[in-house]
This record gives sequence, structure tokens and C-alpha cells, in this order.
Amino acid sequence: MSFFDVYTDLKHLPFEEMFMQIQPADVEQVLARTRPLHHEDFLVLLSPAAEGYLEEMAQKAHQLTVQHFGRTMQLFLPLYISDYCVNKCKYCSFSFDHVFPRTKLTLDDIEKEAKAIKDKGIEHIILLTGESRIHAPVEYLNEATQLLANYFSSISLEVQPLQTEEYKTLIRSGCDGLTVYQEVYNENIYKDIHVKGPKRNYRFRLDTPERGCMAGMRSVNIGALLGLDDWRKEVFFTGVHAQYLQKKYLDTEISVSFPRLKPHLGSFQPNVHVTDRNLVQSILAYRLFMPRSGITLSTRESPQLRNHLIPLGVTKMSAESSTTVGGYAKASSGKNSQFELSDGRSVEEIKQLLKEKGYWPVIKDWEMLSEEIW
Amino acid sequence: MNEQWTVGDKTLTSRLFVGTGKFSDHQVMKKAILSSNAEVVTVALRRVNLNEEDPYILNDIPGHVQLMPNTSGARNAEEAIRIARLAKASGLGNWIKIEVIPDQKYLLPDNYETIKATKALVQEGFEVFPYMNPDLLAGKALQDAGAAAVMPLGAPIGSNRGIRLKEMIQIMIDELEVPIIVDAGIGRPSDAAEAMEMGADAVLVNTAIATAKNPVQMAQAFHEAVVAGRRGYVAGIGPTSQMANASSPLTGFLHSSN
Repeated sequence: MSFFDVYTDLKHLPFEEMFMQIQPADVEQVLARTRPLHHEDFLVLLSPAAEGYLEEMAQKAHQLTVQHFGRTMQLFLPLYISDYCVNKCKYCSFSFDHVFPRTKLTLDDIEKEAKAIKDKGIEHIILLTGESRIHAPVEYLNEATQLLANYFSSISLEVQPLQTEEYKTLIRSGCDGLTVYQEVYNENIYKDIHVKGPKRNYRFRLDTPERGCMAGMRSVNIGALLGLDDWRKEVFFTGVHAQYLQKKYLDTEISVSFPRLKPHLGSFQPNVHVTDRNLVQSILAYRLFMPRSGITLSTRESPQLRNHLIPLGVTKMSAESSTTVGGYAKASSGKNSQFELSDGRSVEEIKQLLKEKGYWPVIKDWEMLSEEIW
Repeated sequence: MNEQWTVGDKTLTSRLFVGTGKFSDHQVMKKAILSSNAEVVTVALRRVNLNEEDPYILNDIPGHVQLMPNTSGARNAEEAIRIARLAKASGLGNWIKIEVIPDQKYLLPDNYETIKATKALVQEGFEVFPYMNPDLLAGKALQDAGAAAVMPLGAPIGSNRGIRLKEMIQIMIDELEVPIIVDAGIGRPSDAAEAMEMGADAVLVNTAIATAKNPVQMAQAFHEAVVAGRRGYVAGIGPTSQMANASSPLTGFLHSSN
């Protein structure tokens, strides 16, 4: 049994009809609940009817988050080491049909990036590549991880989907987390926008977070790229996926992100416009459904919106990110980033903001325990 | 009330231990620790930056306080042991609170792995404070392994639900020789007082203080509740009765035969 079976069972539900039938009284009933919520309750919170209860949902989401995570916010940065990609995806700048000079960092370059990030006072990083086994093979990722383990307290991976055994190797090298986005849970749309390359294999990607859990990753972060299909359905499947993983792998911390489709190279336009209001409802509904789960917020969103999202359930934020390869050590003009960033504030500015809002910025929240050390 | 008690290699006056993980601000934390009168403070080693000048919160913990690093993040005995060794090697002392939590949903501890880690770390000379699910036999195993105290949870961590596992904790208090420190679930000062009235040796509070509107005042409220609860226990709380004492007892005739 994998999440694919859960998805297969649920995908035929008449979502549109169900959402339209949900009444304000149903929302009030779910909001009054003190026991864990079920799938149906989560649908209620994602419904149009729940839009009239965003303030009530926000109060509850805030209270639950403070109770479980305290008044703290984990900070992290992404580190892009290669933008070679073998997939053709309609919505992404790294897609192989976009012609631009591609870069893959040498270990020396990676060390320069590590030092530049470390200078910003960051301890948790996500190591990213475009998806290419040819250009970023597991051996390369292993070497990069071993090098970075000298600089950071926690290293997560966001690379092409790998096999369980490969994840185990990377964990031994010092990696402790995995981020992989399904992009879109709707299988038909998935096939349509992932035109060529190994990424077309929907099921292999869908089972990737589970392979990470099986390999022993301490944290696994999933998400759907909002804007590719009806966001209510996509957020529903994200939440159900997270719940499936958390139930089955109690010792892995499951987190989610809610990335919205951003402008990028190429002419692809989102299928669905996801408003700020929709994004807020997604975050709140998820928090009430999964009270202890992490919620990650990237610099894709604007400073104003990020300021307002902080108390609504977010537990991890990036700051001063660069989404170009080699973008920390040198200025990245002319380089191609994976998507456009909105919030360019520095780590110091974000720390200051958090303190003003009554949150303690947590820089370090893990200690490498790899066998080499002990 | 200045009654002293001994735990591990220390003699203490306060019976309130406090956690540090959920404060919004380190100055508030420092003031809260002071107003709580706590003499023992627990810190997650995972949060301590051992190589930096500002090692997270260590600079903001008052000097007279006994540090109790904890193994938060450990999922099995082996990880807990490694974290404990790292704490000791980093100069954080020989007290260690063992948290082995392989459950990210309810954050419940694994008693079996906790016992394993306790045995190993006592052998290495640590004063070991295991956090556990209240269970008499597991408590006995921890006591036999040489734990300095045993720390049963009152309710799931962060739940603020009070001493939900009261019966099991009471049995441990009644049967074990080692000090019992009730940890987790204590949501309000009256919960802390309740644990102390039951005869617990101390309580550990984090969420309820750190996430209060006014953490400094709440810390003091917990201090007072712990003192009151302990005084009540020492004074000998009268037995509760299901029935009122009838003013015309059924056996009264036995005394009035004259």
C-alpha cells in the first residue's frame, strides 16, 4: 500500500459538488471540534463556505501553533548547486528546452557558497539541484553533503527523486531532510505539464516522500504548486498525503509548503489564479487538520504578505534566498533563477521583524549525529 | 517554606523545573526563570550552537541555575546517548534529561529505548533524568538502572491538559524510592499544585509559562502554586470521604446503652 492507493480511492469524489454543499453550520461544527479532524472536516475548512470564517480559523490556527511550537520560527536558506535539468516542464525556468548557460558548482564553488551562507548566520540549509542524474549524480550529492556537513547543523535535499538506498547513503553523509513537491496531484494535469523526462512518472514521484521516510530522513517536506489545478482539491490531497505519511512514519517530522506559481521563463500561465485569501485559507485549514505539522514559507511571497502570514501557522521561513546557482558568493546578474523572488530582505531584517512580532528566530534546531563524529 | 530536598548530586530548595524552548524572547525567558525561583532549567542541546559566541540561550540563563540539557530530537537510545555525550563534551555538565520520542504526532516517549539509554548513561557517570510514560514497571527499571529521578508525563507534551494520568503517577509516587518529577501537560498553576499535593517531588513546566500572555507573572504563579501544593502535602491533607458524617449515626445506640 502506498499513497497512490489512497489517491486512487479519493480522486473520484465529486469535489465540486461536495464543496458547494457545505454550509456555514458545517464550518461552525468543525471549528468547535476538539478531537483530531477527519478528511471530511478538512474539506469543510477548504470550502467556499469556510471563507466566511477565516478570522475564527486564524485565531484557532495561531493558538494551536503557539501551543505546539512556541513563539519561535526556524530560519533556513536554499543552496542551488546545479541547474541542469533533463525534464521538460511547462511551468519551470530550469526546463531543458529553455536555452541558457547552465552551471554546476565544483566542490570549491560549493565551499564558497557555504561560507557566504554561514556569514549570514544560517545553520539549516536545503541543497537543491535541477533534476538530472547525469549532471547531479548521487556521488556528487554525497560529496557536496559531506563538505557541507562541516558548515551546517542540518542539510535537507531537494533534488530529483531517488531510490531508498540512495537516500540512505545521503543520510550517512550527513543529510537529514528531504523536500519533494508533487507539483500537482491531479494526474491528468501532471501528465500534461510534465512533457518529457523521468518526471513524467507520476507514481514514482508520488512515492518519493515515502521512500525518504523509509530511508530514515528526520524530516520530509511536501507540497503542491498552487495554480496548476483547483487549489481546494490540491491542498486537500497535500494534507491527506501529509497525514498518510505522519501516521505511517511516526518518527519522521512531516512538513508542507504552499508554493504559488510564479512568473518564470516561458509563456506558461497558471490554470487557476490563487489569491492571497485562498493561500491564507489553505494554510489555516491545514494547520487545523494537522496541528503539529511544520509549515514552510519561502521568499516567493511578498514582504507584506509574509509579515501577515507569520502568526497564522508558519513554523519555518527562508530569508535572503538566492535561487540561482552560485548566487551567494557572487552577484547573480544575468543568471537564470528557478523562479522570481519577492521578498529580498536580509536575514538580519527578518530576525528583527520576527522579534518585533514576538517570535524568537531559531537558527539551529539539530545537531549532526553522523557516525563519523561519534 | 525552605524545606530542602536532594536530587542527583544536588540539594535544592525549589521544586519547580522550567523549560526554555518556547519563549519569544530571551530577556523574557531570563526574567521568567528568575521569577519562577527555579534552580534547574532544561535546554535542548539541538538548539545550542556550541561553536558560536552566542550559544543560543546559554548566555541568558542565570548563573546560579543547574543546567539540565535534554536529548530532544532523539528517536532511539543510540541517538539520545550521542546527544548526551556531546552535551558533556561541550561543558554542559553531567545532568541529562533523556527524551526519546519516535512519535511526531503525539510526542510520546518510548519507555523501552529510554530505559536502554538510562542504563548506558548512568554507567558513564551522568545524572540521568528520564522523561517517560507513567508506568510502574518501567519506573522501577529506571530506578534500578540508577536514574537520578523519574519524569512521568501528566498528559501529552504541550497539551496543557493537566494531570490526566493521575492514577498511574500516584502509583509511581507511592511505590518508587527515586524522586518523581511530573513533566508535560501541566497547563495551569492549579495542575502543578495538584501534582505536588499528590506527593510528587517536583514538576517541570515549559509551554504554560513560555506561551502565557505574561510569562514572568505566570512563572511566579507556578512558583507559588508549587510551594502551596507541597505545603499541603507535607501538612497532611485530610482523607476525602464519599459520604457526609451523619449526625445520627446508625451505630449510635452502642454508645448510649447507659
